Amino acid sequence: MAAGLDPAQGLSSSDRLGARRRLGGALWRRPWLRGLTLLSPSVLAFLLVYIAALVALFVSAFWGVDVFTSKLIHTWSLDNFRTLWNESAYRHVALRTIAIAAAVTTTDAIIAFPFAYFMARLATPRLRAILFVLVLLPLWASYIARIYSWKLILNSNGLLSWSLHKLGLPAPSLAYTNTATWIVFSYVWLPFMILPIYAALERIPHSYIEASRDLGAKGSRTLRSVILPLALPGVVAGSIFTFSLTLGDYITPTLIGGASGQFIGNVVADSALRGGNLPFAAAFAAVPVLVMGAYLVIARRLGAFEAL
Amino acid sequence: MTKRTWALVAVLSVGLAFPASGVSKQHGGTLNMIAWEGYTQPQWVKPFQTKTGCTIHAKYAGSSDEMVTLMRSGGGSKYDMVSASGDASLRLIYGKDVQTVDPSKIPDYKNFGGAFKNPGNNTVGGKHYGISLQWGPNTLLYNTKKVKPAPTSWSSIYDSKYKGKVTVPDNPIQIADAALYLMRTQPSLGINDPYELNSSQFKAVISLLKKQKPLIKKYWALASDEIDLFKNGDAVIGASWPYQTNTLIGAKAPVKDVIPREGATGWLDTWMVSAKTKNLDCAMKWLSWISTPKVQAQQAIYFGETPVNSKACAIMDQLSKGSCAQYHANAPLKYFKQIHFWKTPIADCGNGKKDCMDYTKWQQAWTQLKG
Repeated sequence: MAAGLDPAQGLSSSDRLGARRRLGGALWRRPWLRGLTLLSPSVLAFLLVYIAALVALFVSAFWGVDVFTSKLIHTWSLDNFRTLWNESAYRHVALRTIAIAAAVTTTDAIIAFPFAYFMARLATPRLRAILFVLVLLPLWASYIARIYSWKLILNSNGLLSWSLHKLGLPAPSLAYTNTATWIVFSYVWLPFMILPIYAALERIPHSYIEASRDLGAKGSRTLRSVILPLALPGVVAGSIFTFSLTLGDYITPTLIGGASGQFIGNVVADSALRGGNLPFAAAFAAVPVLVMGAYLVIARRLGAFEAL
Repeated sequence: MTKRTWALVAVLSVGLAFPASGVSKQHGGTLNMIAWEGYTQPQWVKPFQTKTGCTIHAKYAGSSDEMVTLMRSGGGSKYDMVSASGDASLRLIYGKDVQTVDPSKIPDYKNFGGAFKNPGNNTVGGKHYGISLQWGPNTLLYNTKKVKPAPTSWSSIYDSKYKGKVTVPDNPIQIADAALYLMRTQPSLGINDPYELNSSQFKAVISLLKKQKPLIKKYWALASDEIDLFKNGDAVIGASWPYQTNTLIGAKAPVKDVIPREGATGWLDTWMVSAKTKNLDCAMKWLSWISTPKVQAQQAIYFGETPVNSKACAIMDQLSKGSCAQYHANAPLKYFKQIHFWKTPIADCGNGKKDCMDYTKWQQAWTQLKG
């Protein structure tokens, strides 16, 4: 303790300085501690907001509910899962959801690949910028508004059947069918497929394609043996988006789906919001989580995460 | 952050908190309501807000089930009032979600038609859990250009003639419509009440609905969905409320509605007050306001339903000539008797046997029907 100074003040200021230095030194010597300090706020938020919600979901899936009073019954049972398994209606809903999600993903991949190829390898920088804006532009408008505009296109008096009728072609009413759901989903999620494929294609060095040509491969052979394998991780990455987004959605089927167009999300919303049966909703909501888990394991094998 | 910044934050947040509480005291508070679409129109909500200083926030619900679930959300303190139909009101009463109301505090209560003072769906054991509002039938709506001859029976929504052009409400209580149809057309089933079905009667009703499913374009969830379907020609016939008919006619769509010869199901709605409301004062003011003849008449004409206040009839005719008779506000008992009002199906169907299908079964059957 230095003489002549106010003892309390002297102690605290030098101590604080020392502590700060020691802390700085400790962080400098241990990079893992530095990383942890930087990450801890987001890790904490992730654990509390994201993981905790998922855990609550899984736990409540094993509970029951008193339907007359909507009070939760905290006894553990597999009843909800048994109902899911035994009732063919729920199996149909799950299969329909997965089938349409797969169809949407395939459609988007087929449409997005040539487009992304053009953007990445053929377009001038100026044109590429314009195309980028065009791909992203729909994302700036409300998702609901875009679905409603599709309703106007697809319904009986809509733009599509009106145009077909004028051309003398048969005019089907597509609104309120699973076909409509498929079309609208394919439209809504298309940008999420184009961008990862674009990123993957852009990364292929031009020298690979030249090498392929030098070795005598024609255009189609180069595409099959060089471009496609290298772009595949991008396609799989895009498919993660389109597949999972379709799997979890319930607004599009509500607005544009027909009498046999329920998705898993619709049954979950019905059970939770209308039926007041949160445990059953949680049990059914676990199904897309499991499907997506399996999908991600496969996607990882195909190298999708390197393209994200 | 320095001490000064913290102090600033503290001052700002205190400053933000206090005016807010001051405002709510001055203006009488906010009522968060769950209502049917069309029940909280500016015509009668705005004058109420100006007069009382109570602000109204309404959330539309698409079904009685949703109303019950919303009333119970957040421990039951999120919403102050609900315009519950007869198939929801008993669930709210037995679930202790709503509180009793003293009708002597509602000046217009004495003018209510006799059947609406103590109806079984809002009065239990002599206690009033809310005040009756309006009633009406679930009608058969059709496109006059596409549906010829004009339908007189519910059979037209079970008939393949209009395959793919039929729409019915996405609501488990819709099972009662099919039960009513079978009650009239298949007496051998022995259905006496469309809300009291034993398991074999229930099976027959569900199998009728399963046969109907391929004819359905869409099970509509919100009234506006059905309006869209009829406007765009995606549906030409379906089960409806008078509200959709009025809106469509207002938009010059060629539609008409009818109560078919089998009769119809119907609703009697009640404004109920949450057991946990913090704005009982505003809630009571709303109950008085919504029961006055003028507001009763306005809502009746806007929605196309029938007021419970017998004094509303004259004002309805002032607002729109002939509307009192059109909505049967002066109708004789005979009309009233062909309407089978919504009520929550329970296991005890009054024959001492308790073998009826309860509402849980109705809900399950409906979800599985939609598949």
